[in-house]
Amino acid sequence: MAKQAHRLTVNGREHDVYAEPSRSLLEVVRDELRLTGSKEGCGTGDCGACTMLVDGRVVTSCLVLWPEAEGREVRTIEGLAEGSALHPLQRAFVEHGAVQCGFCIPGMILAGVATLERTPHATREQIRDGIAGNLCRCTGYQKIVDAIESVAHASSNGEER
Amino acid sequence: MRHFDYARPASLAEAMEALRERGEGARPLGGGTDLLVQVKEGHRRPSALISLADVPELAGVHVDASGELRVGARATMQEIGDDATAQQRFSALADGASVVGSYQTRNMATIGGNVCNAAPSADTSPPLVVLGALAHVAGVNGERELPVQELWSGPGQTTLEPGEIVTSFVLPAPPAGAGSHYARHTPRKIMDIAVVGVASYVELDAGGVVQAARIALGAVAPTVVRAPQAEQALVGRALTEEAAAEAGRVAAGEARPISDVRGSASFRRYLVETMTRASVLRAAERARG
Repeated sequence: MAKQAHRLTVNGREHDVYAEPSRSLLEVVRDELRLTGSKEGCGTGDCGACTMLVDGRVVTSCLVLWPEAEGREVRTIEGLAEGSALHPLQRAFVEHGAVQCGFCIPGMILAGVATLERTPHATREQIRDGIAGNLCRCTGYQKIVDAIESVAHASSNGEER
Repeated sequence: MRHFDYARPASLAEAMEALRERGEGARPLGGGTDLLVQVKEGHRRPSALISLADVPELAGVHVDASGELRVGARATMQEIGDDATAQQRFSALADGASVVGSYQTRNMATIGGNVCNAAPSADTSPPLVVLGALAHVAGVNGERELPVQELWSGPGQTTLEPGEIVTSFVLPAPPAGAGSHYARHTPRKIMDIAVVGVASYVELDAGGVVQAARIALGAVAPTVVRAPQAEQALVGRALTEEAAAEAGRVAAGEARPISDVRGSASFRRYLVETMTRASVLRAAERARG
């Protein structure tokens, strides 16, 4: 089928992409834009490793056709840090030892970001609910929940992290 | 993924034209959470996907002055589950929309897709049935409306004609004293498919006597089905524990489940009994406010 041209806005930068419309947002972001933080686990929307934020909402980008993202704000793990300063959630994951093999972590952190946007002072229960669409085969989730919870507590204490 | 053509029309008229132009190989694309998996796995081979993402006529959850709820076909599960009117007045629908998949799934999946994928286990389908939803359908020959259950003819099969799409579901305003509920059984809390789903709707008079009852069962027949004898068993009496238990027993007899990877027929029948009992009690609680 014929390739199509569409403009994607990823992490605030605009990209003119020319590709087959049948490719997923995940494929195009990884292979055309060379942002390889987002991972393909299952490819069928079950594991959450490909999680991106589209207009602030988590989606599994393996099940989004890339032209569908035209006119929307796409955010990937690469868009969280400001220069060399990690996002508070990224720092919390490091500090709590929440990362083992790392494959699920980009999606997990974005799910954490969306959870804390929805519920800034999220309880452990709300955090578990928020990351329920993201599978981790290494950590047993405890340290991931600890890391997200530490940021939720920091914001409820009014601390600057 | 196997290649296909793609278009993103900006109005319902353009979408209908795009579907007509590309013929039978073209399919409308909602959130893609079912359709793109089927394409990736080779179960469907569309020549073109017509995105409904920009069609304004299909958007949103609206309540009109009479209290009727119009749910656009591309309203997402998350939008419906978060809608205050749906939660309060059309509770079974909010219940169903809120248990689909994960946040990721619910942000993408649309109600039009959930219903037209025609899975007997679809979590919004039994709620739409008990709430008396009419499906509004647009096609080359104009528009028509039909009771939502007439959309399904079997697992994965709809009665839609080529080129037709569902535009919205319209749910009549429930009278005072009405309540509804949906729950499903799954081994995992999220990202799972109903072994059995039960939706119920009851109308109680001031004395607590059941005036009307509707029960719909998911994943126990080739399509979502009503349990008319169980409904009848509730009408004209108070909704006591005993009445609910009887409705459960009758509904279990009405279900026609199969044994598959998710559960045996006898387990499903057991679930219909216990879940129907619990569901009608919960609907009655909500009806009492």
